[in-house]
Amino acid sequence: MVLPEPWEVVIGLEVHVQLKTRTKLFSDCPVSGGSSADLLPNTFTDPISLGLPGTLPTPNAEAIRLATRLGLALGCEVAPLSWMARKHYFYADLPKGYQISQHHHPICRGGAVPVSPGVEVALTRIHLEEDAGKTVHDARRGESQVDLNRAGVALVEIVSEPVMHSADEAVAYLKALHQLVIWLGISDGDMEAGNFRCDANVSLRRKGEALGTRTEIKNVNSFRFVGLAIHAEIQRQFSLLSQGLPVIQETRGWDETKGVTRSLRSKEDAHDYRFFPEPDLCPIAVSDDLFAQERTTLPELPLTRSQRFQSDWGLASTEALSLTDSRERADYFEAVLSYLNEPKLIASWLLNEVLGTLAKLNLTLSNDVLAPDTLAKLLTYLKAGKLSGRLAKEGLQVVLRGEDLDDWVVRHGGQVSDSAQLTAIASSLIEQFPNQVAEYLSGKEKLFGFFVGQAMKLTQGKANPEELNRILRALLEARR
Amino acid sequence: MPKELCFYSLGTQSEMVRRGDISARELTHAHLERLQTHDGALHTSLALCEQALEIADSIDNQRHLGEALGPLAGVPLAIKDNIVTQDSPTTAGSRMLHGFRGPYEATVLTRLKSAGAIPLFKANLDAFGMGSDTSRSYVGPSFNPWSLAHVPGGSSGGSAAAVAAHFAAGALGSDTGGSIRQPASFCGVVGLKPTYGRVSRWGLVAYASSLEQIGPLARTTSDARLLFEAMAGSDPRDSTTLAQALSPFAPRDSLKGVRLGVLQGIEGLDKEVEQHLSKVYSTLESEGAVLVPVSLPHLEHALSAYYLIATAEASSNLGRYDGLRFGHRAENPKDLSDLYERSRSEGFGEEVKRRILLGTFALSSGYYDAYYERAAKVRTLLIQQLATVFQTCEALLSPVAPVLPWLHGQHHRDPLATYLTDKLTVLANLSGLPALSVPCGLSSQQTHSLPIGLHLMGPALSELSLLDLGHWVERLFPSPACPFGRS
Repeated sequence: MVLPEPWEVVIGLEVHVQLKTRTKLFSDCPVSGGSSADLLPNTFTDPISLGLPGTLPTPNAEAIRLATRLGLALGCEVAPLSWMARKHYFYADLPKGYQISQHHHPICRGGAVPVSPGVEVALTRIHLEEDAGKTVHDARRGESQVDLNRAGVALVEIVSEPVMHSADEAVAYLKALHQLVIWLGISDGDMEAGNFRCDANVSLRRKGEALGTRTEIKNVNSFRFVGLAIHAEIQRQFSLLSQGLPVIQETRGWDETKGVTRSLRSKEDAHDYRFFPEPDLCPIAVSDDLFAQERTTLPELPLTRSQRFQSDWGLASTEALSLTDSRERADYFEAVLSYLNEPKLIASWLLNEVLGTLAKLNLTLSNDVLAPDTLAKLLTYLKAGKLSGRLAKEGLQVVLRGEDLDDWVVRHGGQVSDSAQLTAIASSLIEQFPNQVAEYLSGKEKLFGFFVGQAMKLTQGKANPEELNRILRALLEARR
Repeated sequence: MPKELCFYSLGTQSEMVRRGDISARELTHAHLERLQTHDGALHTSLALCEQALEIADSIDNQRHLGEALGPLAGVPLAIKDNIVTQDSPTTAGSRMLHGFRGPYEATVLTRLKSAGAIPLFKANLDAFGMGSDTSRSYVGPSFNPWSLAHVPGGSSGGSAAAVAAHFAAGALGSDTGGSIRQPASFCGVVGLKPTYGRVSRWGLVAYASSLEQIGPLARTTSDARLLFEAMAGSDPRDSTTLAQALSPFAPRDSLKGVRLGVLQGIEGLDKEVEQHLSKVYSTLESEGAVLVPVSLPHLEHALSAYYLIATAEASSNLGRYDGLRFGHRAENPKDLSDLYERSRSEGFGEEVKRRILLGTFALSSGYYDAYYERAAKVRTLLIQQLATVFQTCEALLSPVAPVLPWLHGQHHRDPLATYLTDKLTVLANLSGLPALSVPCGLSSQQTHSLPIGLHLMGPALSELSLLDLGHWVERLFPSPACPFGRS
């Protein structure tokens, strides 16, 4: 919805991202891989993540490394020392009765997420924290069930500044951030499995005034729903405010079926988290060596790489964006490029033929499935005229089946490009079909295709189209 | 004439086992018999460690095979019941953990066992370590072997009484605000609170994380040293343990020139305690020690700071006891709130509830700055002041408690009166510095002779120095052995 002047919506987003660590944040309990829906509950637990008496947390170095990596990639100030804090509340899936998180001294401050060329969204902070378990409410049996597999898993919470002003901006930010965390190897970003969770803070105000009361929309598990939920919430708040009614500060959830947000908790139930510094842990340290190591191994970020593909290789922005959809794809493109300096050809083939064919065969692009040098070779044959476009497409199927390309080209390939050969073929066709020649000369342009078709039949499709067209056209016109 | 086995020191017992004069099984059996015969009066034991005889047998087997035995071979120990054992329940003295069996073992126990020690039984305590007289245990109080009418101190009262009564060669306790040292003093045994981080807290049921340490109780400083050396050391499971190994300490060959601070300005000091300590200080001086009066400007705030920090951390650490995954669970809860409220109301005793409420308040929004944060700042000032003291003194002396052991039930209606008795011991917990309680004689009351302890606090990592000073005190002030249970 577009708000009438002078109203604007202010949106800030908090995203919880599960870090790709083998074990939990504060213990060596393994983390379940893949979708947690497939796993038996309470099978990935240990005394520490169950909060048994006498247990103590010890920090996961890999989690600290990944948080540092993310912070450096986003241009944050990464603190050499940061502090963990206890955040207290009682709930069935929070075993210790507190979550170990960070409060006044997070690992990262500031920074920004690049969203599109020239557009970035500023961040407030990024901090480390452990996840809680899951509670499933079974209304039919009147019971709630607690699964602690997820309790203690390492998360980073990424908090944006409240600087977005539309649902579209919010969704664009989320998509960019999502791509980034996967790109950097920080997370799997599997939204279905709950590894990338978004909470949206939404408020309305008249431009120039102080921030209005905000509501927090939680537990929305897809980009589309985030967009819809924010839209719905903007409408709801505007409706209240234009009637002179106040917006209540509260937490709301997204009701998919009704297409509205609904209240989960009101301010009265707001928690006093009683934060205090975690006494069982020393400050989280990021050493100079770790800083240096992560800085030097940071990859080029997707947007930058996309820009470079445009400026270095002259690709169109849509192509560049598509090629940088994932690091694997961008790397693959540049690998093929290292064998054959034809960026536009490679880009076009990769994005259309190759990905299309792979999709139909239910395969994913990888060096094992289609070696970059093999694709390069195929395209070299195409470029050299040894294969026509149609044959090259067949050639792709051949290599995907694992057959030898060179061998196949020798047997099936070879365009007929020799003009003497083509002239002979064209001439013979003109002799063979005098009626069609007459019709063509009388103005039926369509019949040109007839002769092309016949020539292709004679050459088993191997005639070089450009050469054939030129010769045929010349011979036919000469009969005028 | 050979003594009854249980009356030998820990060091001697281990030597006898290693030499083969007695078997570990014999030694274990002797202690179990004595416990069975006499613990009815003292109530120090909550449960036997089921593997004790098995461990004893394996030690005997090792000796038989000619394998080397550890420095604590065959030594039976009482283990305060807030330290998690795998072969017995760990109740922490509370109904909340009635029957709880931890699926892991405290690091200190693994280390002591690898030195050959044998955990024999779980010792009674004030629930969750919260108390100063072992009257706050859900199964009932323990009694002082010097006088059954008097408290053994707390919260490690069961451990101290057991050692004094010779039910074990030594014991483990935990000390958050004095809970090893004060009962050691009340029962006439040695008790050491190590420097914070010296001993792993993995397997210690947490009360106040930044204040507490596990430590040894024993009848002599040499015994305590043997236990301490086996327990100390960094542990990857406890991030707050120190990397530093124990540095060797050469015993002092005299007290000449040894600078000892004497704490001044202690309010509410019992006349008899004061007089007794005066005599102790004079004797030390006559041995050549240089006594230096020490005043701590913020001494009277230390106790408040302690109770704010301790209760705050306790309210946090005890949040996990909700009846859901382990521990006491109320029957037929209507919903989650009901489950929490009733499980916790039924499971926790009065003192525990009191401290949880206080601690929650101190951390709550609007009060955090005035209470918890301010207490943390007082703590920093104390740390700084004590650092200055130890620039000119090797140790700081004081009584362990300002009063003698009180009678059972005497303080029950006035918890604050009990809190005030901690004022001298909390300094070591707040500052993380090591401190020792050494018996220095008996009170001269008409009807009961009750032990009095000398408190020695030192700079960080100075346990061996303190134990050495303690050894001097032992020699200068020999006390008779506890008469309890002697024929």
